[in-house]
Amino acid sequence: MIRSQLPLIITFFTGMLLIITFFIPHKPFGDLEQRFLIWYSIISGFTVLLGLDSLVRYHLTKLKREFNIHSLILLFSLFLTLILGFYSWFKFKTPFALNSPFMYLYTYVIIPLQATMFALLAFFIASAAYRAFRARTFEATLLLIAATIVMLGRVPIGSYIWKGIAYLISSIFPKIPYEELAKKEIFALISDWIMNVPQNAAKRGIFIGTALGGIAMSIRIILGIERTYITK
Amino acid sequence: MKDIWTKLATIDRRIIYLLVFLVVSLPMIFRMIMPIRVSSEVKMAFSEIDNLKPGSIVMISIDYDAASEPELQPMLIGILRHCFSKDIKVILLGQWALGLPLGEIALNQVAKEYNKRYGEDYVNLGYRPGYTALMVGIGKEIRDFFPTDYKGIPIDSFPFMRKVRNYQQIDILVGLEAGATGDAWVQFAGARFNQKIILGTTGVVAPDMFPYLQAKQIVGLIGGLQGAAEYETLVRKAGSAILGMPAQSFVHLLIIIFIIIGNIGYFILRKRK
Amino acid sequence: MILNIIGTWLAATLTLAIFSFLYKDNPFYKLAEHIYVGVSAGFWVIYVWSFDIKPMLIDRFITTTGVEKWILLIPAILGILMLTRWFPKTAWISRIPLSFTIGIGAGLGVTASIQGFLIPQIGATLLPLTTINNILLVIGVISTIIYFYFSKEFKGTWKFFSRLGIIFIMVAFGASFGYTVMARISLLIGRIYFLLHNFLHIIP
Repeated sequence: MIRSQLPLIITFFTGMLLIITFFIPHKPFGDLEQRFLIWYSIISGFTVLLGLDSLVRYHLTKLKREFNIHSLILLFSLFLTLILGFYSWFKFKTPFALNSPFMYLYTYVIIPLQATMFALLAFFIASAAYRAFRARTFEATLLLIAATIVMLGRVPIGSYIWKGIAYLISSIFPKIPYEELAKKEIFALISDWIMNVPQNAAKRGIFIGTALGGIAMSIRIILGIERTYITK
Repeated sequence: MKDIWTKLATIDRRIIYLLVFLVVSLPMIFRMIMPIRVSSEVKMAFSEIDNLKPGSIVMISIDYDAASEPELQPMLIGILRHCFSKDIKVILLGQWALGLPLGEIALNQVAKEYNKRYGEDYVNLGYRPGYTALMVGIGKEIRDFFPTDYKGIPIDSFPFMRKVRNYQQIDILVGLEAGATGDAWVQFAGARFNQKIILGTTGVVAPDMFPYLQAKQIVGLIGGLQGAAEYETLVRKAGSAILGMPAQSFVHLLIIIFIIIGNIGYFILRKRK
Repeated sequence: MILNIIGTWLAATLTLAIFSFLYKDNPFYKLAEHIYVGVSAGFWVIYVWSFDIKPMLIDRFITTTGVEKWILLIPAILGILMLTRWFPKTAWISRIPLSFTIGIGAGLGVTASIQGFLIPQIGATLLPLTTINNILLVIGVISTIIYFYFSKEFKGTWKFFSRLGIIFIMVAFGASFGYTVMARISLLIGRIYFLLHNFLHIIP
């Protein structure tokens, strides 16, 4: 009973309270909502600690089985970070003082590691564009053209290329003056139009759908119809 | 013996990587600069801040981390320069824990440039978990979530913070976004509390924000490194974004050439089969 | 000063270790990867301490008086109950704080999606059909919704609209792809700038 029903009752109560407060923000709802929001923030912090246990446990068991430099390094860097963090907190009152050892670790270890991990994606996306971006069908061609125009329209080189094209056009058709044509920045203009009209329309359509889905899901959760979160 | 088309259709990925590396590095080594065309959505963001009176308050939320630092950090620096040059007060906070120190680094750097003092001209509130609750909660009272700044100093000890109670005292909220936090700012702070919002986002997030821009749920949008370069152009102080744009340009061109070569190779080989 | 130089060397070494993955998976990359996971996990703990437990619970417990002080025990206990997930036997207890956060999340989500998204977005689509762009925007939104969310077999007008929907969606995906390329390249520019500027001092 407690195991399965209590969580459902709590979810129903808190969910409904927040919806009611939205319409009636006065006492007692408003104050209770604010209190619950603060609690939510506090409790959310603890969820972060959940992953820590499995991470440490996994690497400790791995180490116990046989010596493994990677697990050792991982645990060592974790504890070093903790030591430096708490030391900085004692010494500087906040670990986030720019001259603290903790921030040293952030600047020279976290930033390069995290930033470089994501910088790798630049190479992968270039390679994927070459390998997989084929105009096989009408739809794929459309996608390709839109991507190309946006890629040219959103960087300065697009205007240089357009100037080149304008020069070509005006030398073939001398009646069209080069100066005026070059000023048009066609790639940027088309790119802006794509972003503001067709792109915008499709995104809105997609997001309206996902919002409806999200609302339905939230209502199902509040009413206790969707309860996978307590069975997992 | 492979013919040229087969070769073009099957370039080794490492050659592609090397070319990308060179095309990024060379324009930077030769310090190329290209003129930046400013888009209307960035101009809108700039004018909103530009029209604020001295003493107004801008709240900036660091909702990114080192993974998108090259795109969003120059935006933050550009906006801080703009605010400080106009004597606008800045409240910094962050919803992405791993990125918050980036905000502190930028604040320190730009505050020195403009002789701004902590607590008088700007504060850094820090981070709290559970951003949706926080966004609604500070609509009522900011002290319920941030009784102190990131160093643990009570915010009421800072003169300009004493009058700040909730969104009503914040003239513009700037969200620097690498994920879904921007949607939350719009849907909670914007819709529920009528907070004026400008979003600066990574290139990945920017397209998804256009519906908000067209619906006037946000009053400006700065997208990706190009957006950052546009903002730098408007505040007339070149930074890492303007410096990066030529490299960005050439890599785009390189990728387009890759796509064309890949397709030519593909179609010729398919025809033969 | 010397510490900064050592730091820059450390950062450059780690940067190159990650980049070495481009050639192939290797021990240097693996090492850097494990350092990253370890350090960021530690970082999170410090965050929870200095931005959650310390200011929101401990400091508040010290500064408040009366009933308010003792009410703070509720979120503290709920937070600790969350950690019962660490042990299989007691894991079910964590459902209690979990259901609290899920209830709040769902309650906030419902109202935000309606007031903060659906109403303003639909409102912004109800445009006077006086310009081509307005007409395209309205048709684009409707046809995308038709394509995505009506799972029936399309015929006649429906088929036309769903086909139109695909066109809009493909243009949108193309545009998003273009922006994504832009974003990824920018990240690489940032890293190479670090190597050329901070580490090698080739560029000012």
